[in-house]
Amino acid sequence: MMIEGTQEYSLNMGPQHPSTHGVFRMVVHLDGEVVTKVEPKIGYLHRGLEKMAESRTYTQFIPYTDRLDYLAGPHNSLGYVQAVEKLMDTEVPERAEYLRIIFAELGRIASHLVMIASGSLDISGWTPWSYCFRDRERILDLFEMTAGNRMTPNYFRIGGVSQDVPEEFMPALKSFLEDMPEMIEEYYGIFFGNEIAQSRMKSVGILPKELAENLLITGANLRASGVQYDVRKAEPYGIYDRFDFEIPVLYGCDTYDRHFIRLLEIQESKKIIEQAYKDIPAGPVMTKVPKVLKPPVGKVYHRVENPKGEMGWYIVSNGSTKPARVRIRTGAFVNVQMLPEIVKGWKIQDLVTIFASMDLVLGEVDK
Amino acid sequence: MDALNNLFVNIAAAIRGLFADSHSFGADLSINIIVFIMLFLIMVVAALFLSLVERKFAHWVSQRSGPNRLGPHGWFQFIADAVKMLGKEDITPANVDKFLFKMAPMMLVGVTLMVFGVIPFGEEMVAIDLDLGILYFFAVSSLTTLGILMAGWASNNKYSLLGGLRAVAQMISYEIPLIFSLLGVVMITQTFNLSAIIEAQKTIPFIFLQPLAFLIFLIAGIAETNRAPFDHVQGEQEIVAGPFTEYSGLRWGLFMLAEYGNVVATSAIAVTMFLGGWYGPEFLPGWLWFILKIWLVIFLMMWVRWTFVRMRIDHLMHFAWKILLPLALVNIFLTGLGIYVYDLFIVRIGG
Repeated sequence: MMIEGTQEYSLNMGPQHPSTHGVFRMVVHLDGEVVTKVEPKIGYLHRGLEKMAESRTYTQFIPYTDRLDYLAGPHNSLGYVQAVEKLMDTEVPERAEYLRIIFAELGRIASHLVMIASGSLDISGWTPWSYCFRDRERILDLFEMTAGNRMTPNYFRIGGVSQDVPEEFMPALKSFLEDMPEMIEEYYGIFFGNEIAQSRMKSVGILPKELAENLLITGANLRASGVQYDVRKAEPYGIYDRFDFEIPVLYGCDTYDRHFIRLLEIQESKKIIEQAYKDIPAGPVMTKVPKVLKPPVGKVYHRVENPKGEMGWYIVSNGSTKPARVRIRTGAFVNVQMLPEIVKGWKIQDLVTIFASMDLVLGEVDK
Repeated sequence: MDALNNLFVNIAAAIRGLFADSHSFGADLSINIIVFIMLFLIMVVAALFLSLVERKFAHWVSQRSGPNRLGPHGWFQFIADAVKMLGKEDITPANVDKFLFKMAPMMLVGVTLMVFGVIPFGEEMVAIDLDLGILYFFAVSSLTTLGILMAGWASNNKYSLLGGLRAVAQMISYEIPLIFSLLGVVMITQTFNLSAIIEAQKTIPFIFLQPLAFLIFLIAGIAETNRAPFDHVQGEQEIVAGPFTEYSGLRWGLFMLAEYGNVVATSAIAVTMFLGGWYGPEFLPGWLWFILKIWLVIFLMMWVRWTFVRMRIDHLMHFAWKILLPLALVNIFLTGLGIYVYDLFIVRIGG
């Protein structure tokens, strides 16, 4: 409701703005501090990954997949290599399957930690931010000692993983898992349990269940709106069917729940890694695959549960060494469309919080 | 100890002694100039040092690295920061209101410096011993709002404008509980003079008589100085840097100077009103006690800043008008009741 004699004005937030998490741009229409309309503008980080895939061999494209959701590198590559393996009917050794699960779930924890960290930073919580990054650092160290790279490990290969983990990996992983309950308690104490933080997030930016389903929202955002859906359970890929874990679901539909569900998912990922740590067999980590990969003519669709949402890989092969077409369905890209729907009527301050709760990574949105 | 206690008073007397008539116009003028320069230096050094201590504190609370390169454990970093600030290019964007744009930082620093004028750093160590010291403090410190609004308006930037408007809403709201929280002390001491208020605390600091008022003052003081959890004016994650978005170089440095100067001034008032000013165990001179107590309050403010997240902007107003103000009124009522009871029984029985 506008007061007579006042005027709406538009504010251009981004692509260079402290809290747009990369190069996201929104045109915000404001009545005073109240948001009346938001137009998301994407594409500032568009690198044409799908087109790039067409000019690279199947193996050469693996490092690029890490750069989709660069906060959770392993899970992107997992989707890609499993899609190609499905196309080629390749068996993966047991140990490699377990290592993949460990890495993918570590990546999920790292991604969720960054989400909680940046979410708290967007309401000016500097201390929770540095706590989360401190603990994420240990995951990156694990990636580094195995694959050499930190954020984009480029560890998975078609038919296994690039190499076995070094000797010091398993003890470091164990001590990380042992320290996790304490970390989670710390995050709760300083961020989730904080009265001011709760008042900032609770009942802000409601995404009702019907709206979430209609907009095809996936991932933790959907589960925070009361839908218990996760590709790891709905259509288990890899060896996810062997693990005992829950899909957490919250019914608050608000910003707080979208943050809090990440904390719950971190605990479930911890359970998965613990089981994988216990059961991991010895053996080779790479199956015999030809030097030059030539998948048979055909097409394949494979989907995985990326930390940001459901990630689908559609690959068309024409029998040559390069894919004819690669189409990537990324969760974050689809999740963007919930922003204009749920920010109406909230203040510009809440817009920042709501945006943080969507957990977008622009590498994945713009591809 | 006495010599150390009166060190600065004696220096001032010695300088006055250089003149034939120690209370001539020349003596007054030179003393005032020296005092002004001293106050300015105190503010600049305190602000620069505070910018370092803040990062050190952040390092300690949130396990970040903090400044750790220059000097022992990075303790010289603030010098490098100051030099860097002086060397930066000063940009005045096109389409700004040039006069206001340039006036705003100067005005903020000037206002902050004016507050320092009435702070009694030690016995007789006060630049202007005003009888209405507290009223002066309120009158002058509320001018900071104007400086910030000037910066926000003149910058011709939407983020700056939002920040400036937030500053007006927030600082005017919190001024009221701030003033009301100090009225209890004034009722007890029957004076507005800051030195007299400290002298009244010789036996017991007023924090023990007015704990609620101290709490309200601290909260409202944090809000007045625009620090987290009330840093909506700068609200980095929302409106980039608020009114300061368009500023660079030394002008931006002046804003930071004013901000930290305000923190020191507010803490000094808190020490004066509640923590017994320069009184403390005898082994340290009074002015040192005063400074140590200022740092104690500053640490409290930092602790709050690095622990809490920013409040929601609509809750901010509710908090001032619906919680702090009624509490301050209750405090005034209780104080009045206490004074009445004291006068009625204890004084009569005692007298």
